[in-house]
Amino acid sequence: MTAGPALEVDGVAFAYPDGHQALFGVSFRIGRGERVALLGPNGAGKTTLVLQCNGVLLPGAGRVAVTGLPVAPAHLREIRRRVGIVFQDPDDQLFMPTVAEDVAFGPANLGLRGAELETRVKAALAAVGMEEHAGRPPHHLSFGQRRRVAVATVLAMEPDILILDEPSSNLDPASRRELAEILTGLDVTILMVTHDLPYALQLCPRALVMNRGRITADGPTGELLADAELLAANRLELPFGFDPAALRAR
Amino acid sequence: MGAGHSHALYLPRASPLHRARPQCKLAAAFLFVLAVVATPREAFWAFGVYALLLAGLARVAGLPLPTLARRLVVELPFLAFAVFLPLVGQGERVEVLGLSLAREGLWAAWNIVAKGTLGVATSVILAATTPVPELLRGLERLRLPAAFTGIAGFMVRYADVIADEVRRMRIARVSRGYDPRWIWQARAVAASAGTLFIRSYERGERVYLAMVSRGYAGSMPVLEDLAATRAQWLAALCLPAAAALVAATAWGIRP
Repeated sequence: MTAGPALEVDGVAFAYPDGHQALFGVSFRIGRGERVALLGPNGAGKTTLVLQCNGVLLPGAGRVAVTGLPVAPAHLREIRRRVGIVFQDPDDQLFMPTVAEDVAFGPANLGLRGAELETRVKAALAAVGMEEHAGRPPHHLSFGQRRRVAVATVLAMEPDILILDEPSSNLDPASRRELAEILTGLDVTILMVTHDLPYALQLCPRALVMNRGRITADGPTGELLADAELLAANRLELPFGFDPAALRAR
Repeated sequence: MGAGHSHALYLPRASPLHRARPQCKLAAAFLFVLAVVATPREAFWAFGVYALLLAGLARVAGLPLPTLARRLVVELPFLAFAVFLPLVGQGERVEVLGLSLAREGLWAAWNIVAKGTLGVATSVILAATTPVPELLRGLERLRLPAAFTGIAGFMVRYADVIADEVRRMRIARVSRGYDPRWIWQARAVAASAGTLFIRSYERGERVYLAMVSRGYAGSMPVLEDLAATRAQWLAALCLPAAAALVAATAWGIRP
């Protein structure tokens, strides 16, 4: 491993081919082992930013680097190994006939075969507590289980940074807690995209706030969430009954 | 693996037929059906032998015959067509239970019923002993283009997801008082179908994105070497070989 931050985003601007400008010079750094939340309303450019991180979209200006390696067409394969993205709908992510094959898909694309591949698959499924479901087809799992398998499919690639898009969406409270326990137990840098502010607070000591294609705040999650003006300015709201004063104390 | 496979048609057992390589089973089933189709329709005994072969196979696989028989029901719509042939056929006619039937039509109907039933029974046994993912891998081994097996795999994977979406859309329509009785009220259903198409198309794009993000570069990785040994091929080809022998004999002793 090289030294330096896990993820470096430097002045990234991006417009879609139809002319819609989604990012206007976004810059931040995430250190190794950090867990950072990316907060922002719908349409803020969060997903666009995520797709810059693994080179599915390439910036019009600026630069993205993952553990020192710039995101560029020449080494997309290595970038996609280093950056694992868990998409919002597990049904989009799980497309192979069985859980084990799906988890094997990523590392197999990296060229792993045989016993080495099997070890990876087992370890990834064990990390999310889904070993006993290895042979099942994904559509026979509950939604929470599918979300966990989706995390495993990415963990199997042993990424340097794990990016989760709305990991708590559609989860019941128990699945939500189970996923939180799994995520906090992982030894990996995490960038978590979410609207779920309590979940961000629970999992991520630091948060970035994004609005209209710009980073509008960067700081300790508890402090940002206690700043009512900041939240209002960025169309973010705490759930009913949530006490911002209690957050400041954290 | 294998724990909790619950595909609709697959009946998990620990039989040699279940363990056989999928590509061997597919080839054997295909060749068997070819032999059946090539048999002259007058050779009643030959079809009896085929039926016995299949029954024996089902026994070896530990499949309950009543279940298999029930699954044969899928061919009924095709058989309905066969029933018409003796009624509308031309030429020499014979009296059966007071009905005047065409002799040629009766032969044609028998031909369809016998061969169709044996063919369906073969695929019913194949489906009961081979899970769908294995069938797909077998087809891959048989050099079916990866695009076909890929599409079939995605279809199997997403059939439930899409069926679920259809169900939710129907409930949403019904919840808003939609109760179509006439064909011209079907407009909402048609609109739903369009929406479903767009949604599935968009899902396709998202799935592709998720694949690319995990290093997909145009071809599916082959995870497991399913190569069959010569002995496995020989064992599997016993069935079509026996059937070919029967078919050849039937032609040989034909008057």
